[in-house]
Amino acid sequence: MAKYVIKRVIMALITILVVACVTFLLMMSVPGSPFNDEKITAQQMAQMDAKYGLDKPLLVQMANYMKGALHGDLGVSLKMQKDRPVLEIIAEKFPLSAKIGVIALIWAVVVGVPLGCLAAYNRGKWIDSLLRIISTLGISMPGFVVATFLLILFCNEDAPFSFLGIKTIFDESQGVRAYFMPCFALGLYPMCYIARLSRSSMLDALGQDYIKTARAKGLATPKIIFKHALRNGVIPVITYLGPLTAFTLCGGFVVETVFTIPGLGRYFVQSVQNRDYFLIMGTTIFLATLVIVMNLVVDILYKVVDPRIDLAKGD
Amino acid sequence: MKKSRLLALGLSAALAVSLLAGCSNTTEQSSGFNLNLCFASEPETMDPTLNRTVDGNVMMNHLFEGLYKYVDSDPSGDGRNGATAVLVPGQAAEEPAVTENADGTYTYTFTLRDDIYWSDGEPVTANDFVYSWQRLVDPETASPYNTIIAMVVNANEIINGEKDKSELGVKAVDDKTFEVQLTYNCSYFLDICAFPNTMPLREDVVEGNSTWSQDPSTYVCNGPYKMASWTHDAEIVMAQNEKYYNVEELGPDTLTFKLMDDANAQLTAFNNGDLDYMQNPPPDETASLLVAGTLLPGDYLGTYYVCFNNQKAPFDDVNVRRAFSLAIDRNYIVQQVTQSGEVPAGGWVPSNVVDAQGTDGDDFRTVGGDYIDVNDYEANCELARQLLAEAGYPNGEGFPEVTYLYNTDERHGAIAEALQSMWKEVLGVQVRLDNQDWNVFLETRSKGEYSMCRNGWIADYNDPVSFLDMFMTDNGNNDAHYSNSEYDAIMTEVLSDSDAEGRMALMHQAEDLLMEQDCAIAPLYYYSNPYMISDNVHGMYYSPLGAFIFSYCTQP
Repeated sequence: MAKYVIKRVIMALITILVVACVTFLLMMSVPGSPFNDEKITAQQMAQMDAKYGLDKPLLVQMANYMKGALHGDLGVSLKMQKDRPVLEIIAEKFPLSAKIGVIALIWAVVVGVPLGCLAAYNRGKWIDSLLRIISTLGISMPGFVVATFLLILFCNEDAPFSFLGIKTIFDESQGVRAYFMPCFALGLYPMCYIARLSRSSMLDALGQDYIKTARAKGLATPKIIFKHALRNGVIPVITYLGPLTAFTLCGGFVVETVFTIPGLGRYFVQSVQNRDYFLIMGTTIFLATLVIVMNLVVDILYKVVDPRIDLAKGD
Repeated sequence: MKKSRLLALGLSAALAVSLLAGCSNTTEQSSGFNLNLCFASEPETMDPTLNRTVDGNVMMNHLFEGLYKYVDSDPSGDGRNGATAVLVPGQAAEEPAVTENADGTYTYTFTLRDDIYWSDGEPVTANDFVYSWQRLVDPETASPYNTIIAMVVNANEIINGEKDKSELGVKAVDDKTFEVQLTYNCSYFLDICAFPNTMPLREDVVEGNSTWSQDPSTYVCNGPYKMASWTHDAEIVMAQNEKYYNVEELGPDTLTFKLMDDANAQLTAFNNGDLDYMQNPPPDETASLLVAGTLLPGDYLGTYYVCFNNQKAPFDDVNVRRAFSLAIDRNYIVQQVTQSGEVPAGGWVPSNVVDAQGTDGDDFRTVGGDYIDVNDYEANCELARQLLAEAGYPNGEGFPEVTYLYNTDERHGAIAEALQSMWKEVLGVQVRLDNQDWNVFLETRSKGEYSMCRNGWIADYNDPVSFLDMFMTDNGNNDAHYSNSEYDAIMTEVLSDSDAEGRMALMHQAEDLLMEQDCAIAPLYYYSNPYMISDNVHGMYYSPLGAFIFSYCTQP
């Protein structure tokens, strides 16, 4: 196992380096500049390029950036929070996004998996149809629709749940009430997707011979489902959870924008729109690292869930 | 199974702890009166020298004070009767003494007030202005607004890297006397003295600390308010600056600038009372909010226009340009498409821009008159068809395929579709629509890689030159690539003319050339600056340049 992890870490470092180089080249090939605006003159633009080293040849810029990154310097924001170190922005924004992401993930898994099991166990019955409709609806609804719907339900003056006193503008001091809407909106899609995944993998597992044997032996239904079938049924969910966790922890652009959450999510989209070069690089490298780490965790979890899996062999 | 239970327990505990932590993390509440304001999301910078945004300007007008400041000329209006902010001396004790020098330059001598202090208690001195102004033109600072003081002796040479910043025409005669030398007697110079980029800065605060403006503890300012806290992407809280000379007169104890992106969320927050002020509600809502009187149009010095590429066929033909301009029903655009209180444009320089008599006399538009009769659309259409025929395209026959380019945006898209329909119906010309991401669009437009595109211009100071010098041949903002040597000569004279009446007459001539003779552009409307303010907030006022002031607001 240790050998396997070391090998994966080395591969991860190479992957991050490749991702960084490709992102840098792609980013610089896109037209536009972080300093562009309607009134800027060519001379002012040139002065700003010189100030941030953007007047140098592309490969020199890339080499300088990589050198800095290796020393923990991801540069400064060029537009969105001008001159603020990118690392500082990520360190400040990530905890809140991660907090909301973790809660969203927990409710998505805690609700999604049992719903999937329930639907699979009641295959073809009305409860299965109902759950399929709900999960399809949840998957089809864009994030901004869900978020706006929640605002209408909870935050308008005449809203049916306005008595709960949930504020439109995210206010951490409200505790649970502050987190309710963003966590629900962020977790709805994964919850529905997990329910569908669990349902199909559970259907497969429930048809296996060992489950039939368990039934023949007279084991109780919950024990059959949660002890025997779920072990196999949950593997596709774990696979899905790897990258999902990375993306969810980094926050959702729509959810953070609608609920005015000062998280990291919006920076992934807006840094590109603003051509905030070093912020694009910083957030991309950070997300890539997180995805790689989560995939590694998933691989290790396979072994925990199903001891028959041989990681080294699989590799 | 045991491991899984432990994992679940651990996660649940972490969740509970984090939520409890959230519950206990109560924000410090101000005991007094606070206003929640929303102009935009996170500001690009809070460094006055580097600022280039309107929301940044508003915040800096509360945190800093220049030689001049804005006061309300009609407090009874509560900001609801148009732009009533007027300039008066701020950090300056009185109006400057102006002297003409033998070499044709002018010297403005400002005497600073005796009772002005920085938020840390240090006195504001003339050296703070010298430092700030020199920093503004220093190429190493790379300020996007360094040309705002182009009229100061040697400013352009320093910006071009030809001279050292120490050679800028500014001087601290003593701690309380600040002297500025101008290349000509610029009539809007006092407007510039109230502009955020010219506000004073402390050298010992700024130098050696590149992040001074990002941390409230190092943010030393001299305005009516000081920065109390800054939660990035959430809010900037300003508290009264007890060192400010007029602190007794200030209204709100705190001003909280909520940093929000989403227009729908802003509107919901405003309706719930979570915001006392907001701008630009969702486009779908503006018409009904305006009719209800909840949304106020707000005066603004800006013009939205169709920019023709004057160097590229078929728009290198003045008849084609004029035909396309006349075929636009400007009333329809503002009444049915934009619906935010804009005014149909009959000329280029918008209403409320001063003429020779200043704010007391008729404005530039009234003196100059309109070039397009926006209320006689039928006659305009007739003339448009005639001009297109004269250009060789009767009923649009044989007209090449042209594209109208705009930056991706719901409102610009709606205007583009209305224009497309008008040009098709009136001229028989099929125009293709194309849109680009803002950043790409700016490059395309600036390089002239278009036939027609949308454009707009908001003034930085209240003077027609703000609108007219941009169409000089070599000006970087001349996106229309308009070139007329007579126009260039007139504007060159304007930019060095010290006689107010003479330069206004010259600028009317310039606008005649731009609009009447050459029809280089097609103005659509004069911008409004729509905003919403809570009924129980009084005493807000604003300038037509977009400086909204809340320092003296009251609540019943």
